[in-house]
Amino acid sequence: MKKFIIAVLAILPTLVFAAGPSAQLDSANNDLADKESLKRGFQSYINYCLACHQLKYQRYNRTFADLGIDEKEGVANWMPTGEKPGDHITNNMPAKEAAKWFGTAPPDLTLEARFRSPDYIYTYLHSFYVDENRPFGVNNKVFRDVGMPHVLQNLQGVRTMDEHGNLSAATGGTMSPEQYDNFVRDLTNFLEYVGEPNKLERKALGYWVIGFLFILLIFAYLLKVEYWRDVH
Amino acid sequence: MNNFMAWIEKRLPLMDAMNKHAAQYPAPKNFNFWYVFGILASVILVNQIVTGIWLTMNYEPSGAGAFASIEYIMRDVDYGWLLRYMHSTGASAFFIVIYMHMFRGLLYGSYQKPRELLWIFGMFIFLVLMAEAFMGYLLPWGNMSYWGAQVIISLFGAIPVIGEELTIWIKGDYVISGATLNRFFALHVIALPLVLVVLVFLHILALHEVGSNNPDGTDIKKPKGSVPPEELSKFKFHKQYSEKYDIVDAIPFHPYYTVKDLVAVVIFLIVFCWVMFFIPEGGGYFIEAPNFEPANGLKTPEHIVPVWYFGPFFTILRVIPDKLFGMIGMFAAIGMLFALPWFDRGIVKSIRFRSKLHFLNLTQFAISFIVLGILGTLPATDFLNMVGRVASLGYFGFFIALWFYSKNEKTKPVPERVSG
Repeated sequence: MKKFIIAVLAILPTLVFAAGPSAQLDSANNDLADKESLKRGFQSYINYCLACHQLKYQRYNRTFADLGIDEKEGVANWMPTGEKPGDHITNNMPAKEAAKWFGTAPPDLTLEARFRSPDYIYTYLHSFYVDENRPFGVNNKVFRDVGMPHVLQNLQGVRTMDEHGNLSAATGGTMSPEQYDNFVRDLTNFLEYVGEPNKLERKALGYWVIGFLFILLIFAYLLKVEYWRDVH
Repeated sequence: MNNFMAWIEKRLPLMDAMNKHAAQYPAPKNFNFWYVFGILASVILVNQIVTGIWLTMNYEPSGAGAFASIEYIMRDVDYGWLLRYMHSTGASAFFIVIYMHMFRGLLYGSYQKPRELLWIFGMFIFLVLMAEAFMGYLLPWGNMSYWGAQVIISLFGAIPVIGEELTIWIKGDYVISGATLNRFFALHVIALPLVLVVLVFLHILALHEVGSNNPDGTDIKKPKGSVPPEELSKFKFHKQYSEKYDIVDAIPFHPYYTVKDLVAVVIFLIVFCWVMFFIPEGGGYFIEAPNFEPANGLKTPEHIVPVWYFGPFFTILRVIPDKLFGMIGMFAAIGMLFALPWFDRGIVKSIRFRSKLHFLNLTQFAISFIVLGILGTLPATDFLNMVGRVASLGYFGFFIALWFYSKNEKTKPVPERVSG
């Protein structure tokens, strides 16, 4: 039996094929527990993203509650669309028209962080560069020929790509590279939160459940030993 | 109270059945690690049924509403996320456990005479489970659900003459649509679970009729009168067993194996909960990333691969260049398992007392199966297809080789009594 397990284990490493993403992604290093970061991300999302990208599975009041925004204040300052606090975070962009404008309708981003990954979003928002052949004059290194304009260009500035495919440092933006980096990190953080609002609750509950199971394991084991005295 | 129980017992012998199948069921005393997976499978079956019932309370089986209703469950239903992850993690756990359970059968010859029918019932359970999982996978109506179903259903189109008509009949539409989703929902939540539960019931009845095998592959039921009284098992067994046989090296299933299995169940739950609470996507294998995008008939995911548990059979399908022969190969792979009791012409059951050749054959089979499974989750390239063909040969070769060498196999002497 042992020989068998060793044989199987020995062969496994040769079977692990690299299946990484095609473009190298940078680590977002965002922190879901940082509510101030989430709030800044939410604010940025409302200001820069929501006009085109809905979060149609996420409700305003849920977001307020999870981010620690008082509901009255939320309704007053954090609800550009929707009428009731329980409404979903949507916009009024007509999908058919939008598909004509951009080539494809801007996707809903509720689950973007789960469909791609937080690192993808973080890297994507850093990776726009000037490309005169594209309708909006920009292309993206991690999403080739993306239909989206560089909405954050005023903040980041512009980057260019050299013949080796490397991007230059951004120039001409209103934000310093550090400021922009933090801005993108907050936005990424918010999108990871929206992707799975229960993520922190899930993990917190997990520790309790597994802790309980370990205690149960002790008693189950002692019970087994006690009963099996008859057998041995 | 006692009168009441006696009144019931006279009309429906419940206690007698309990004794026969648990408290006085003779189980070999030397079960090892490999013997816990039957119980674990039952635990998961119950988990799937219970969480499934609660999920259907908020799930909406329609092309327009299915995807959103899953997100509704994840966000707005109290502990809906927990129910959903219990169900999705349970699906993958079910297959891990079932594959281990089947491999136990291979290791210790649990499919051999007189347990052929027990094995066949088990294989039917496996088959229904695959259908159940396949249909359940369409229900979230994500893009991988959609295209995975598209690929698998289109296979039936390879059948000559009736193929195209058959795929339309299965889909209930010319493309996969809400109509397909609705019928898969009906089959997933009612038809197949009913069949599954009946089969599991028959599987256990058939097991208790012929008795459990053990890691030594010896028989714990000896002919009546052949064992001196001091060597008989000291425990009381149901008369159905003890009147016909002298029983040695056995203990009652309850309480001895119920308390032992409880330890196994708790250890399993620790692993299960660790996955469920901390990595519910299972690294993209239990819930695939493209499934976080709604089904879209105009946009295919980058690589369409089935969920990992179909991997071995999907690879066999894919590495055979012709679609029809690929499908035949895939079904033949499952058919070989059905016929396993007749491929193995040996008398000795356990790998402990079988030949070196059998050990090597079983080892290469396990490796081939794992390789096929890994390949099934990777995009096809020429090189990987070559590897897949070699592994497919290994898979089928196991059965063929077994048939040849098992008849006159050089085995070690099997002890009369279990070794402990």
